[in-house]
Amino acid sequence: MFEWVETIFTSLPQGVQTMTFIILKIVAISLPLMLCVAYLTYAERKIIGYMQVRLGPNRVGPKGWLQPIADAVKLMFKEIIIPTGSNKYLFLMSPVLSIAPALAAWAVIPFDDGMALANINAGLLYVLAVTSVGVYGVIIAGWASNSKYALLGAMRSAAQIVAYEIAMGFALVGVLMAAGSLSLGDIVRAQSGSVIHWFWLPLFPLLIVYFISGLAETNRAPFDVAEGESEIVAGFHVEYSGMAFAVFFLAEYANMILISALTAIMFLGGWLSPLQGIMPESVLAMPVLGGVLGHGIHWLLIKIMFVLFFFLWSRATFPRYRYDQIMRLGWKVFIPITIVWILVIGLLVLGEVGPWWNAA
Amino acid sequence: MNNLVRFFQSLFLSEMRKGMAVTGRHLFARKVTQQYPEDKTPLSNRFRGLHALRRYPNGEERCIACKLCEAVCPALAITIESEQRADGTRRTTRYDIDLTKCIFCGYCEESCPVDSIVETHIFEYHGEERGDLYMTKEKLLAIGDKHEAQIAAARKQDAAYR
Repeated sequence: MFEWVETIFTSLPQGVQTMTFIILKIVAISLPLMLCVAYLTYAERKIIGYMQVRLGPNRVGPKGWLQPIADAVKLMFKEIIIPTGSNKYLFLMSPVLSIAPALAAWAVIPFDDGMALANINAGLLYVLAVTSVGVYGVIIAGWASNSKYALLGAMRSAAQIVAYEIAMGFALVGVLMAAGSLSLGDIVRAQSGSVIHWFWLPLFPLLIVYFISGLAETNRAPFDVAEGESEIVAGFHVEYSGMAFAVFFLAEYANMILISALTAIMFLGGWLSPLQGIMPESVLAMPVLGGVLGHGIHWLLIKIMFVLFFFLWSRATFPRYRYDQIMRLGWKVFIPITIVWILVIGLLVLGEVGPWWNAA
Repeated sequence: MNNLVRFFQSLFLSEMRKGMAVTGRHLFARKVTQQYPEDKTPLSNRFRGLHALRRYPNGEERCIACKLCEAVCPALAITIESEQRADGTRRTTRYDIDLTKCIFCGYCEESCPVDSIVETHIFEYHGEERGDLYMTKEKLLAIGDKHEAQIAAARKQDAAYR
């Protein structure tokens, strides 16, 4: 039936074929990601609502499931207002600048053993480099808006992101020391064994530091001074409306999912099944049960959701930090903690302390 | 020593964990939201909603045009005109309440010696133009006729305290 597609496809030059496959893979990653972002907003409103003894959205569609669709349609039909005196090109370019890195970083995320768009051996460096670019979107948005609030928000946000990137980078240094590799796939493979072989146990302080820095990096509560509804309205994106605003929104949530995915990969064993080492080999050989309980992408997705829940949980719990306290926490608390723990990891690796480093 | 304790408390995020435990518990708590159009909150029998003019059981209107409500109204929302009827009683020819002025304080109801002007439990009403919220005697009497059962019940419930 579709033989003609195959005939045309094979007649194309090799480069075009590869290109087509890559584009298809990109679509296969980013489309579900966009859908996840939409439903993450729903999950957020629902979970925070429940924690505040409310019900959350429940009117649009059964139990409110169509709420994100309604929101998206509303945003698409709204006018994009470009303020007078703003730099129009930068103003419209900055949402793109902020969402592009959030999506591009997904290229190296290994969803399953060998299932990554680009299996490069310096994946961790790539992620660090690409996510750092996201801050340009924020700064340019704040500057191009020609508004005091936006500029202040952008400044706050940029300073905060830059400060926490250091703590985050140090936390990742611990991970790469423990795994002995920069490739995200190898990092996951280094954690195989059982739940206690995952890096969350030996790197627990780094996990906490990484998670909290992740909150700060994505400008999520309690580190949302960049948005600061009660102080500077919406921070760097006050002047944005309609789809331009929605793109910033998408970028923030895509970043949240990205941080969760990285946490899951680097500390929680990625696609590895938590039942490994507990369950007998005979279960894995069973047709359906083996697939569900064995390693696979579904475990990664469950772990991502688990970390995302913590993102939402902390937003529902903590009041916003004062700005100087944010800086104090980043520079004077997290960096010393990570440095001390890097030293500890070095000693553990050197001493071949089990069960993590004795086998190798 | 105290400082040391505090240092470790903040290092191990003990207060953060307590806070998260609180919100975590509330995630499973019974939700208190009222699904408004489907279920409504109970109203007090002294609830002050839309106004109405009442009648006696024989159909005669209660209002004797004493104008106490007009005098007491702090928002000057009530306008009354009266005349002597053929049977010698004084009755209103005009009894208007401008709901765009009314502040629903309930003084008119309180001042009324014959329980004529009352406030009902109706709060879901609207006007599509400004004039729709200008209640005339006919409109007020119609509301009173329609909701007499509820009005009487609320008065009866509150009688012991009046």
